[in-house]
Amino acid sequence: MEMRKEKEISNIQYSVLNDEEKSSAGSNPLTHSMLNVHYLSFIIFFFLFLISITSFSQQQRFPKPEFDTGYEQPNTTTPEPRALALEFIDVFILMSVMALAAWFVFKSRSRRGILFLSIFSLAYFGFYREGCICSIGSIQNIALSFFDPAYSVSLPTLAFFILPLLVTLFFGRLFCGSACPLGVIQDLVIIKPIEIPRWLQKSLGLFPYIYLGIAVLYAATGTDFIICRFDPFVGIFRMSAEFHIIVLGIAFLLIGLFVARPYCRFVCPYSVLLNWVSRFSWKHLSITPSKCIQCKLCTNSCPFDAIDFPTDEKLKLNSKSNQRDFALYALLVPVWMIVFGFAVSRAHSFLAQANSTVYLAELLIEQPELISESDNLDIETFRSSGKTLDQLVEEARVIQHEFYTGSWILGIFLGLVIGVLLMNQFRFRKRKDYEANKADCLSCGRCMDYCPVPK
Amino acid sequence: MSETKKHTRRDFVRMGARASIGFALAGVAGFSLVDLNKEKYVWQIDPFKCTQCGRCADHCVLKPSAVKCVHAFALCGYCDLCGGYLKPEAKERTTAAENQLCPTAAIQRKYIEDPYFEYVIDEALCIGCAKCVKGCGSFGNGSLHLQIRHDLCDDCNECAIARVCPSDAIVRVSIDEPYMIKGNFSKDGNA
Repeated sequence: MEMRKEKEISNIQYSVLNDEEKSSAGSNPLTHSMLNVHYLSFIIFFFLFLISITSFSQQQRFPKPEFDTGYEQPNTTTPEPRALALEFIDVFILMSVMALAAWFVFKSRSRRGILFLSIFSLAYFGFYREGCICSIGSIQNIALSFFDPAYSVSLPTLAFFILPLLVTLFFGRLFCGSACPLGVIQDLVIIKPIEIPRWLQKSLGLFPYIYLGIAVLYAATGTDFIICRFDPFVGIFRMSAEFHIIVLGIAFLLIGLFVARPYCRFVCPYSVLLNWVSRFSWKHLSITPSKCIQCKLCTNSCPFDAIDFPTDEKLKLNSKSNQRDFALYALLVPVWMIVFGFAVSRAHSFLAQANSTVYLAELLIEQPELISESDNLDIETFRSSGKTLDQLVEEARVIQHEFYTGSWILGIFLGLVIGVLLMNQFRFRKRKDYEANKADCLSCGRCMDYCPVPK
Repeated sequence: MSETKKHTRRDFVRMGARASIGFALAGVAGFSLVDLNKEKYVWQIDPFKCTQCGRCADHCVLKPSAVKCVHAFALCGYCDLCGGYLKPEAKERTTAAENQLCPTAAIQRKYIEDPYFEYVIDEALCIGCAKCVKGCGSFGNGSLHLQIRHDLCDDCNECAIARVCPSDAIVRVSIDEPYMIKGNFSKDGNA
């Protein structure tokens, strides 16, 4: 206990230890003339004296010897971290890659160019930069900076979050096709993509929304960065990771042989944002350079099932009942929001268990005997920290309350997503040509090679 | 006529959506820019919070860990019987290999003058298990302590060790002061 107090004091002091040592040399004679000095200076000197005693007793259990042999004490080395300027170069490279991608998609219409560009991105952002920081993970940094006043994002991180979205708003998902190392590594292993039924695509496509919602909830409460923790490819980029992450990465690549880009389409939380921004993009990749001649050559070219076919004229006959259903489901959206908000808020204490403080508090409330007995490291550390159980429970309660609010918002968000998805089943849009689906198209440029129409 | 009208309405909606997404993005950027971190954070261990639990050795994404033991020489007592070098009950032990506390023999002991010895960490061998830190702290001056070495650290977005650290000793520090070396030691060298 005594030791700990000393440590705490020196903790505050360790950066300014030098100054105190100097002052401590003169503090002893000064205590004699204390009677003459003012009250205020007495207090100052008294504190300096106290501090010097504590820091000395910490340091001088075995005082540093005076060497006769002229021995020179070596310095503790402090290798510098990667310079901040290099991070700005990363941002510059990201921007250049997306600019080049825009050139290849809109001007030269070259799939080969996009392929080489994407391989460069994989090499640079993936294997050289080892997958960190990436735009997908930056969602969490932004979320944390919004809710934790002590944390703020750095400019490169913000740029990695905003720039791909901004580019998407103008030109579609160029980031996915050319710049994202996680996407490219899957893109390169596509061998025999199978077509996935529409209903399965839609239902699996709900997972990114759930993943995004939970990731933001955990990041905002300072619990965990789950996107980074379960990033399946970071282990491959680094050639070192926990076993289950490597297995996950290889599994995704194996599935990716037949289901093209499974992570991008059915997991990636950033794809949710890109998907929605891309729907309203100013320009977008077009399969044909001028006018579609309905040759159907491109129909099988897209491994991601992101080509919309011309609409069936017969379907149009039903459009009246379609409109009625659409309106009905639109009215149901708020109901879904409330239902899901309520349902997910019921699960808030389950979700909160991922937080280490909440977990420890719950464990100790359930089994109070563990406080004095267990050799569990977390409990041991809690025991020696001197915190009382009440304090811990109070902390946990605050976090749990954040989770309650957060899970309501998460539920409302999921309700909205599902409501809109159901509503959109009945949306009917007439299409005459074969077109890239603006939301799902990853701007990889494969289809462009299949179009026989001359530029 | 109705066809063209329909199209203009759709275009109008699209324009509106585009503009509002643009504004939303600008809002997020603006809000983040308000309290932007001018520098950057890197991960570091606060040696005064560290409880030497040993998780640094196992939970780093790198194998071996980017956490290494460093020696604040200014605090060292240069003891013969070093609590960080020898296993407990140092008095009864010789300096033979089986009596060394470090599981990888990463602490090198060098004779200086009677009765003083210098202890240097071979970082290539160190795995960051903190056994010596515990020994030094409980018996000696606490000059051995753990630090994240930034030439090794991958600077993960979320430090895998920070997540499991029981004492929250792994904190974000400014890139300007990337180390928390104990004692009267400042960033640019011995003071």
